[in-house]
Amino acid sequence: MRLALPIALAIALPALAAEDLGPTLNKIKQSGIVSLGHRESSIPFSYYDDQQQVVGYSQDFALEIVAALKKELRAPDLQIKLVPVTSQNRIPLVQNGTVDIECGSTTNNLERQQQVSFSNSLFIVRTRMLTRKDSGIKDFPDLAGKNAVVSAGTTSERLLRKLNEEKKLNIKITSAKDHGESFLILESGRAAAFMLDDVLLYGELAKARRRDAWIVTGTPQSREAYGCSMRKGDAKFKALVDRTVARIETSGEAEKIYAKWFLNPIPPRNLNLNFPLSEEMKALFKSPNDKALE
Amino acid sequence: MGPLDFHVFLQPVPTGETTYLGWLLQGLRTTVLLSACAWAVALLLGSLLGVLRTVPSRGLRAIATAYVELFRNVPLLAQLFIWYFVVPEIVPGGERFKQIDPWLQQFLASMVCLGLFTAARVCEQVRAGIESLSRGQRSAALALGLTLPQAYRHVLLPMAARIIVPPLTSETLNVFKNSAVCSTIGLLELTAQGRQLVDYTARAYESFLAVTALYLVLNAAVLLVMRRVEARSRVPGYLGAGR
Repeated sequence: MRLALPIALAIALPALAAEDLGPTLNKIKQSGIVSLGHRESSIPFSYYDDQQQVVGYSQDFALEIVAALKKELRAPDLQIKLVPVTSQNRIPLVQNGTVDIECGSTTNNLERQQQVSFSNSLFIVRTRMLTRKDSGIKDFPDLAGKNAVVSAGTTSERLLRKLNEEKKLNIKITSAKDHGESFLILESGRAAAFMLDDVLLYGELAKARRRDAWIVTGTPQSREAYGCSMRKGDAKFKALVDRTVARIETSGEAEKIYAKWFLNPIPPRNLNLNFPLSEEMKALFKSPNDKALE
Repeated sequence: MGPLDFHVFLQPVPTGETTYLGWLLQGLRTTVLLSACAWAVALLLGSLLGVLRTVPSRGLRAIATAYVELFRNVPLLAQLFIWYFVVPEIVPGGERFKQIDPWLQQFLASMVCLGLFTAARVCEQVRAGIESLSRGQRSAALALGLTLPQAYRHVLLPMAARIIVPPLTSETLNVFKNSAVCSTIGLLELTAQGRQLVDYTARAYESFLAVTALYLVLNAAVLLVMRRVEARSRVPGYLGAGR
């Protein structure tokens, strides 16, 4: 009779715990490993620095989320498995379970919400274009008949194709493998402009050989919110991630992370992006949310 | 992920000019065109180099050998990047090349890369074919008063070409499969269209299954044609084909 209670507890507790966590947290707890999707050249969100370490604004958020996971699961030895992803494969890899959470520069939009779920937003960007200062290109209609480059799988790829079709601009669009290759195509003179999220364009500029030869220009074609992507339909995991992001953003910690990556010299070349905190970002930090913008 | 749903191929693409199936077929057309052009380059250049590998002149042999070693020992992907990104920067006229239609730039770079890479492999097949002939054939041809080019033209090459059809078949299939590498420089061939389909529809399984099936059908067709060629060109008494 005395043994009955401990035995009952021993049987019931693990079962309770397993029920409580939801699939992703359960998997992380069971395996002792969390798979973190990151980008290789999405400066300054998630990229390799000169020591081949993954660093960046989104990566800082991701590490905070891992810290929260350790606390929540009471697993101080939780290991991080870093999985590099691209614009093209990030969503399939989140869907099929290769990565548990991906924090890079992934736009939260309604279409993608059909495929994955998004955390509270980390960042708000506008899609514009990068061009040579002396190219004479001021806005998107100026691209008519010219060559332009976009990174395959980005929202800019679709926006530019759609604009091209609707306005009959006859822009010849190249889809490059990643942002680094897109910039190479721009820099080598193959394309007159490179369309992408404004902040990522500033990031590419930080790598340019002659930084003052380039300019970010054009009427923003969209406003977009970045979030971490996770498997759909796992409310427990999402709640934990959202809570963590909201805590960072409302506590003032987010401003510090922002300053570190956007207002100070960053690796690999110790250049300063000088990208001031926008009104939209201030509003986001005041009231964190996971809304898709249009 | 839900059950397989192939209806997605009949939906119009976001820009509306065709369906997703149309995208795949455009990709298939580019793959076929690219592979056929590259194969023509490879066959012409490879045959020439294969002959050079067997001529008496040491200098000519060395040139052909150096070519084979260079193109066989550098990864195809690295070669592609060199043709597309590096060569236009260092060759005169490269600036003009960079201003032509991007599709044509990608296509030409891919064709040259794939053609020259495969030429090194064809060269080795041709050399093996010529060397498999008994030395007496060359000697007899020369003893009859044929010049060396005539001996190649009328005696050695007709025999060698017929012997090497089976290994050339697998090189032909390789060209079609290797052409997938060209998606990395933005050429929208079959593999690239498949990936794009995944981006736009989130139907990864259906897209890649369709791409796989199209490659399979394509290579089966190539195989069928090459088998015909093989049967017609078989040399009686060689390779156990005395029927």
